[in-house]
Amino acid sequence: MIDAHDLVKHFGPTRAVDGISFSAQKGEVVALLGPNGAGKSTTMRMLTGCLEPDSGVASIAGHDAVRARRAAQNALGYLPEGAPAYPAMTPRAFTRFHLRVRGFKGRALLDAAELALERARMGEAASRPIGMLSKGFKRRAALAAAIAHDPAVLILDEPTDGLDPNQKDGVRDLIRMMAPEKTILISTHLLDEVEAICTRAIVITGGRIVSDTTPASLVAKAPDQSLAGAFRLLTGHSAEQATAKPRRNRKRPA
Amino acid sequence: MTALWAVYRRELAAYFETPLAWVFLTAFAIAAPSFAWHVGRLFETGRADLAPLFDYLPWLLMVLMPALAMRAWAEERETGTLEMLLAAPIPLWAAALAKFLAAWTIAGLALVLTFPLWIAMNYLGNPDNAAIATAYFGAALLAGGYLAIAQALSATTANQVIAFVLATGACLILTAAGLPLVLDAVAASLPGVFAEALAGLSALSRFDSLRRGVISLADLVYFISLIGMGLGLAMALVDTRRGGGR
Repeated sequence: MIDAHDLVKHFGPTRAVDGISFSAQKGEVVALLGPNGAGKSTTMRMLTGCLEPDSGVASIAGHDAVRARRAAQNALGYLPEGAPAYPAMTPRAFTRFHLRVRGFKGRALLDAAELALERARMGEAASRPIGMLSKGFKRRAALAAAIAHDPAVLILDEPTDGLDPNQKDGVRDLIRMMAPEKTILISTHLLDEVEAICTRAIVITGGRIVSDTTPASLVAKAPDQSLAGAFRLLTGHSAEQATAKPRRNRKRPA
Repeated sequence: MTALWAVYRRELAAYFETPLAWVFLTAFAIAAPSFAWHVGRLFETGRADLAPLFDYLPWLLMVLMPALAMRAWAEERETGTLEMLLAAPIPLWAAALAKFLAAWTIAGLALVLTFPLWIAMNYLGNPDNAAIATAYFGAALLAGGYLAIAQALSATTANQVIAFVLATGACLILTAAGLPLVLDAVAASLPGVFAEALAGLSALSRFDSLRRGVISLADLVYFISLIGMGLGLAMALVDTRRGGGR
C-alpha cells in the first residue's frame, strides 16, 4: 500500500533523503523514528505528493505519487507536521472542505464529516473557529480532516504532538481501531507511542534507514533493553558526526 | 470541477469569515463614488454618463485588487496549509482558478455597489446604457487582469504585505505605461514603434476603448491573455515548491 523505492531528495547541497526504500502493507502501523532533520518529514512529503523526489519512486495504493498523483492522493489521508488548518474555519467546515475536494456530496458528506469529528473527539469545539482552539483541538481538527474520507493509507506526521495524556490515549485508540483496515505511517519522537501502537519501527538518520524491524526487536538491540537505548545507539553516532562536521570546517580565531 | 467548486466555496467563505471582504467592499463603496464626485466632478459635467467614475476606476482597482489577491498563496504558505493543499487531490489549475474566481466575485460585487450612480444617471437624464454596461464589463476585465497578476506575485512570498507591495507596483507599471505623459516621454527618446508597443501593452489603453463603449477582439484577447498569464505564472511558482527532479 505504501511503497518507497530508493527515494533521494536534495535541498541545495544537503542530501536530506539518501536512498530510502521500504514498503508497508494493510494492517501495519509503521513508525518513522529519527532525530530532528533525519529526513522523516521529507520522506512523508514525497509519499504524499507535496514534494517530488530527485530520484526514486514513491507510490500509494499502487499509484505513483508523481505520475499518478491525483489517484495516489485520493487513497491517502495526510496530517502534516504542525497540523496546519485555516484558522477562520470551524473544524466541521474544514472537514467538509476536505470531503468536498474528494467528491463527497449531500448526506454522504455530512455523515462522513460527523463521523470523523466524533472519532477525533472534537465535541463542541467542532463549531468554533480553529484559530480560537487549543493546540490539542487544532491537531484533532486536522486529524478529523485527514481520516474523514476513510482513506486506505494514512500518513500522520507527529499525530500526538501537543496533546495531553488523555488526548494522546484517544488518538492512539483511534489509530489502533483503524489499523486493521489501513496502512498507517506515523512519525514520532515519542518512543512510548511506538511501543503502544506500532507494529514496525523504521529508524532514519542522515537521510538513510539504519534499522527496520519490530519495536520488540529494536528494544532487544539496546544494551539497556529499552527503545530509548536503541534509539541512542542507532542515531547518536551520526548525530554527533553531523554536529561535529561544521566545527571541523570552522576557522579558529586568531 | 468538484475540486474547483470546493476551493471556490472555501475561498469565498474565507473572504467573509474575516473582515477582509467587508472592509474591501466598504472602502470601494466609499472611494469609487467619492473619486467620481469630488475629483471627476460627476454632477458638474452636465452630461448624463459615468465617465468621471470610469476615469478613476483603474487607479482605484490598481490598489484594491492587490489587497484582495495578496492572501491567495502567501497566506497558504504562512499558515502551512499549502502543504495540505498540495497533498489533496486538487489540480493546481483548479486551485489557482478557484482562488481567482472567488476574488473576482468580490470585485464584481464591489462594482455592483456603484450601480446607484448608474441608476441616478438614468433618473437625471438619458445616458447611453449600452456604453455604460460595456464600461462596467471592461472594468471587470481590468479587475480580473490585476487580480491574476497579484495572485502570481502572492505565490512568490509567504508575506502578504510584500505580496501587496509587489502586486501594486506591477499593476502601477501596467497602468501607467498607457499614460500620455509616459508615452510622450518614450516617443521623444525612442522610435515611435516603441511608444505604440508600450501603449498596446498598457491595461489603461486597453480599458480606454471599453470605457468608451467599444468592444474589440484585440482588447478581449489582451485581458484574457493577461488573466491566463497571471494564473499560469501562479501555478508554475506554486508547482516549483514541489521541487521535481523528473
